[in-house]
Amino acid sequence: MDRRQLLRAMTWAGCSAAAYPWLTSVTMAQGAGLGENRLIVVILRGAMDGLDVVQPIGDRDFAALRPGLPTSEINLSGPFALHPGLGGLQKMWQAGQLGFVHATSTSYRDKRSHFDGQTLLEAGTGMDVPIGAQHDGWLNRMLQSVPGLTAETAYAVGREALPLLAGKGASRAWTPEVKLVLSQQSQTLLDHIYHDDDLFREAGTEAMELSQELAGRVVRSANESTTGNSAMGEDKAWPDIDSLVDFAAGRLAGATRIAAFSLAGWDTHRRQVAAIGRPLSRLQRIILRMQSQLGPQTWGRTTLIAMTEFGRTARQNGSGGTDHGTGGAMILAGGALRGGSVLGNWPGLAEAALYDRRDLMPTSDVRAWAAWAMRGMFGLQRSVLEGAVFPGLDMGDDPKLIL
Amino acid sequence: MIDTPTLAAFRFGYGLPYANSPSPKAMLAALAGPDDMAVHHPTMGLVEALPLMARAFEARKMARKDKMLGDKYKSAIRAVTLAAEADIRAQFARALDAQDGFRERLVAFWADHFTTKARSAMERGLPGAMIHDAIRPHISGRFADMLIAATLHPAMLSFLDQSASTGPNSPVGQRRKRGLNENLARELLELHSLGVGANYSQTDVRQMALLLTGLESNPLKGFQFHANRAEPGAEVVLGMPYGGEGIAPIKAALTDLAQRPETAAHIANKLAVHFVADQPNPELVVAMTRAYLDSGGDLQKVYAAMLDHPAAWAPERVKARQPVEFVLAALRAFGMTGPALRRMGRGQFLRIVLRPMRLMGQEWQQPIGPNGWPEDAAAWITPQGLGARITWAMEVPGRLMTPMPDPAGFARTALGTAADERLRWAVARAESKREGVGLVLASPAFNRR
Repeated sequence: MDRRQLLRAMTWAGCSAAAYPWLTSVTMAQGAGLGENRLIVVILRGAMDGLDVVQPIGDRDFAALRPGLPTSEINLSGPFALHPGLGGLQKMWQAGQLGFVHATSTSYRDKRSHFDGQTLLEAGTGMDVPIGAQHDGWLNRMLQSVPGLTAETAYAVGREALPLLAGKGASRAWTPEVKLVLSQQSQTLLDHIYHDDDLFREAGTEAMELSQELAGRVVRSANESTTGNSAMGEDKAWPDIDSLVDFAAGRLAGATRIAAFSLAGWDTHRRQVAAIGRPLSRLQRIILRMQSQLGPQTWGRTTLIAMTEFGRTARQNGSGGTDHGTGGAMILAGGALRGGSVLGNWPGLAEAALYDRRDLMPTSDVRAWAAWAMRGMFGLQRSVLEGAVFPGLDMGDDPKLIL
Repeated sequence: MIDTPTLAAFRFGYGLPYANSPSPKAMLAALAGPDDMAVHHPTMGLVEALPLMARAFEARKMARKDKMLGDKYKSAIRAVTLAAEADIRAQFARALDAQDGFRERLVAFWADHFTTKARSAMERGLPGAMIHDAIRPHISGRFADMLIAATLHPAMLSFLDQSASTGPNSPVGQRRKRGLNENLARELLELHSLGVGANYSQTDVRQMALLLTGLESNPLKGFQFHANRAEPGAEVVLGMPYGGEGIAPIKAALTDLAQRPETAAHIANKLAVHFVADQPNPELVVAMTRAYLDSGGDLQKVYAAMLDHPAAWAPERVKARQPVEFVLAALRAFGMTGPALRRMGRGQFLRIVLRPMRLMGQEWQQPIGPNGWPEDAAAWITPQGLGARITWAMEVPGRLMTPMPDPAGFARTALGTAADERLRWAVARAESKREGVGLVLASPAFNRR
């Protein structure tokens, strides 16, 4: 029985790890129960303008909507061109390791609040669940649906808490900047102090275990040649980004199969020409550095998904920017990806085709693409993805995202 | 069992020790009385911040013409940065020296409610100036006054792009083909007044954006109203028409927003969430909402309703201190005074206060979005965030206190009756004073409020 059959059989039987005492060691040996593939999820906070990142330059209505925003000459497939801020990814596109989904969104509509939008994006629920009632993130529910995983399987990387990975499923959260050095006695005493407080006990135990494990670990040196993008100029966030990516890559080289983090700065209400350059250069750096730090073999088993809470208005606003919209774009990268195309049904930009005569009309659910990626990467059952991970989702037809 | 004064110091202040035993009555009376801390530790308003910003603005213009003048721009920016840092220190010094800390915590709450960030280096003085001009003078007054002052402050007009918004049918809009930017209008309804759950539509957002046109933050003159950028005609927000010249209709709309029951409920709930519990007792919120509506949005009455309610005094401390509260409460427990904090060398201030707060998840004045800092205890007590607190607890006290105090005595100073049996047991078994003091600061007893 291969691992995928095993998973299927277990899901069918609805069994738990406890019922199969041999499971833990088996799955540990096989890479923490998910196999050898790696998934990286980047939450783009602030609403990335999909129409500027993946520009529908061949759409007859596009130019008139955005006279003040320059168009790109980096052609992708069909009517689409790539924003020059991601121009460093062209080789990846040519290698079939970069792809996009256009006109996609969560099921959030109309209020256009960043914060509710992000809540829904990370919870992976539909509008049937009231906002505020969510208690875990979809990536965590994915972990919960696979028996025998250890906390090391999934990492939330960075200083901020990441609701995407919050929940009952064991996972880890860390930022390499924290250097915690404690004596054995202090650790024992802290364990004692934290014993009766669930929140402190869980966070404290993990902090102490992790820092002990990481102490003395040699930091892998960066391959600088693939990360430079001097045309964009220096960015004070790069050292931070690099250390996060290097940390995540280091974990993914071991038993970790999932890494998640967030990148803010997409709320480009004015002077978008300048404002979007910075988050794009940071996202590009994340992707390129991840590729180089993972190395060809692991990168070949990796899919990165970058998703945002919603898109922005089809028209530029009165101040050279864009306001909160609905449909947007999703970015996919990785050696495991069947890339080289812009996926999704393009609804067009004629006024009647817009959502609310204002925003790009969403023609797909952003969760469906994530679900198919996880199905392709980890062999998860469709019923699990549509039931437990994204309750109530209809995944639709298989877009065959993964090689 | 924790006693009421200790609970007051944790939940509504910056911790122990307090000078006079804080009671709800005394806290409210102090709040209604003179603002001593503002006198002891002055901060800058727009009057002081604007010339610094203007100098940097002019220097940048010159430097763009003549590269040789780049140093002048750099020194102007340095002046802004140092003044802004001095402002932050003065705010922190107030928290260290305040009698009961309630006023300072309220200022922090409202500064967060009306979050602003500097959009460029030359604007670094603006967020503090807004607290000085628009928040602090109004914390125990009418919410409508604070809402108007904050919405019209250059810090807000710049941060949420109002300066870039133009009425499409105004003379400037027509001549230069400029138009609306929805940013401030949306956050005004969603975050500052009604709350996202209220029944307003995209049309209300657009109408509010049209109504707000003409408001501008000018780097040389500060607040400006440009009639030739204001959309002509009346706008209808939530069914109410607002027409007329100048900023009067804008003020009228803001006053009406402040009187809405949705706003009352939003503000009451937010205060209860911040001070009392992530899921506050519904009766507490109802009592505060009623006080708000009965008084026409008199905030002093809303606070009184909170402090009068038994649910506000539940002994279980379910909230987590934010990193800024953690650091300031610790400094208070070390006996550090406001003047000492203000005298501290710049490098030390960064090493001991600002950089560690960043690692704990709170880069000061840099929350990710206009919704400010998270409230949920689980958003702060993460492995990385708690790891940063433990590191600070173990390393910083030794740099500030020589000789180190006896850990059991320090536990009494920092925790009073908030210490629990597990903590006392552990502190007695620490291998060194340094670790004993560190355990106190890293404990749930110290970090919860």
